[in-house]
Amino acid sequence: MREIYLDNNATTKVDERVFEEMRPYFCELYGNPSSMHFFGGQVQKKVDEARGRVAALLGALPDEIVFTACGTESDNAAIRSALEVFPEKRHVITSRIEHPAVLTQCRNLTKRGYRVTELNVDGEGRLDLKELEAAVDDDTAIVSLMYANNETGVVFPIEEAARIVKKKGALFHTDAVQAVGKIPLNMAESAVDMLSLSGHKLHAPKGVGVLYVRRGTPFRPFLVGGHQERGRRAGTENTASIIAMGKACEIAHLHMDEEGGRVREMRDRLQRELTSLIPNTRINGGGAERLPNTLSIAMEFVEGEGILLLLSEKGICASSGSACTSGSLEPSHVLRAMGVPFTCAHGSIRFSLSRFTTDDDIDAVIKELPPIISRLRQMSPFGREFLAKQ
Amino acid sequence: MWDYTDKVKEHFLNPRNVGEITDADAVGEVGSLACGDALKLFIKLDEKKERIVDAKFQTFGCGSAIASSSALTEMVKGKTLDEALGVTNQEIADYLGGLPEEKMHCSVMGQEALEAAIAKYRGVEAPKHGHDHVETEGEIVCKCFGLTDLFLKKVIASNKLTTAEQVTHFTKAGGACGGCIPKIKELIAEVTGEEKKVARDKPAVKLTNLRKMQLIQETLENEIRPQLWADGGDLELIDIDGPNVQVAFRKACAGCASSGYTAKFVEQKLRELVSSDINVQEVQG
Repeated sequence: MREIYLDNNATTKVDERVFEEMRPYFCELYGNPSSMHFFGGQVQKKVDEARGRVAALLGALPDEIVFTACGTESDNAAIRSALEVFPEKRHVITSRIEHPAVLTQCRNLTKRGYRVTELNVDGEGRLDLKELEAAVDDDTAIVSLMYANNETGVVFPIEEAARIVKKKGALFHTDAVQAVGKIPLNMAESAVDMLSLSGHKLHAPKGVGVLYVRRGTPFRPFLVGGHQERGRRAGTENTASIIAMGKACEIAHLHMDEEGGRVREMRDRLQRELTSLIPNTRINGGGAERLPNTLSIAMEFVEGEGILLLLSEKGICASSGSACTSGSLEPSHVLRAMGVPFTCAHGSIRFSLSRFTTDDDIDAVIKELPPIISRLRQMSPFGREFLAKQ
Repeated sequence: MWDYTDKVKEHFLNPRNVGEITDADAVGEVGSLACGDALKLFIKLDEKKERIVDAKFQTFGCGSAIASSSALTEMVKGKTLDEALGVTNQEIADYLGGLPEEKMHCSVMGQEALEAAIAKYRGVEAPKHGHDHVETEGEIVCKCFGLTDLFLKKVIASNKLTTAEQVTHFTKAGGACGGCIPKIKELIAEVTGEEKKVARDKPAVKLTNLRKMQLIQETLENEIRPQLWADGGDLELIDIDGPNVQVAFRKACAGCASSGYTAKFVEQKLRELVSSDINVQEVQG
């Protein structure tokens, strides 16, 4: 069965060009970049090249790029660093819809006596900057807000938020793992202090991430040991993956505009067709600015896991905001924070596209999803009530 | 991805007995849209009103909820009402070749719907679980899913559950805000304590010193320290000398004004679970 992969916010295919770039650095060019011989030195040059490529995509300087092992590490490192830099400050601000990489850490901080403010979002998943402005004070060490939400694709006004925070003297971090490579960023003209990205969300392999740290931003390392990454992240470099990350960023940089437009058209077509073919749907975050690749669609009276399993039977890979798929028992914290009604939240499905998505993939979903929904609605007591009324 | 058995997958993809029986003798409904799963069960009896000749269902829920409903309707056909009432959630799960533990609540929902249908048919008060968010007998423990202490104790006892996490997997209680988890732990202690009391009525076997030391260590590790960790504290076992157990408090417990109470709590637990003559002494070490 051909897989129709529409779960790119979960992880992406490693681009063949990226894989070719990293391939020699396992069995042939396996030297340690720190070594004082030609064999390590040539790897060092490739790591530097990768650093430059990542910096170019972000509009950053190469020495502002710190390679890590994943997006979660980058998020953890940024927040922990800020707390060490400002030991006297006891307040942290984030939002209710952050990824667990940020949210879990912030919630754990409350047990250590920190005051943690979780900003609300409105029904479309948008931030209220006035609420941020009112929350940030002299006691605030760091504000961490995601660039774009993984479930809905809703984009936060990060630059405005960062400027508000900088005025009050706190550090500003953004988890940009879903945004990088999908929408343009320019750190040269940004107020953001730290920014996280993750390799496997942009067609590099799993197990490599980046933390951007602005020049002049005070920083305390999370992992200590050797002098790697200019003392900001100890541990021998994951050279092959770093080189892959560089190549992935280079490709994203060259093709983002063209790909973004094509992907957006496919996403919009999918949204249009599904909402016209399936009664009683809503688009989560549909009224807000969104990433071009993400569609979160809620279908009333059915439960997400059943939809995913039936889609999977047709080779279609998507994800859901439902409780049953995640092992937790409540629908996604993101959809709940947005006030999506329970009738919809349990039946929310996320399709996330990539540069490898084709029109055929979209056609397949348009063909397969509507009958799946009517089948499950026939099976559901609430769906039958609804169908009977119609 | 859940590790569903082939039987679960098969019953999900080709569910038996979906629909409704318009002249059903009994209808049982549990769950709600807000809960994330719901089941409506229809039962038709033979002319003598003894045996179930047909059963149909409608389910809103995940793959295993649909498969459990399908299995349940197959299992009860041909049974008398009393035989059907004897079907346990474990049997529903077994029929499907097992369910992931996190999904056991789906089989519990099937059993509940069946009980509700039969109780309604017999004109007796429906069993009071609270799964359908109605104020019912017993005290509501889990506010998010509206589950009562009586219902939880029944599930704890019949499935021999020992941890709050298992109770969540089987009933959902504590799976949302988590506020009732301490209460669930108390219920488990109550149920297992009750069983222990029964066990204790048998002539007590004298513990050897070695076994007693092992039991003390196990109880500290499994029952006591996790509770202290939750409050940022900890303790270390220093020595066991006859009935005297010496512990030193660590982290938040060290120097805590209420460490006297904590020592009492430790002693009470050890007396309850190991031996009634234990004395706990706090030492610096």
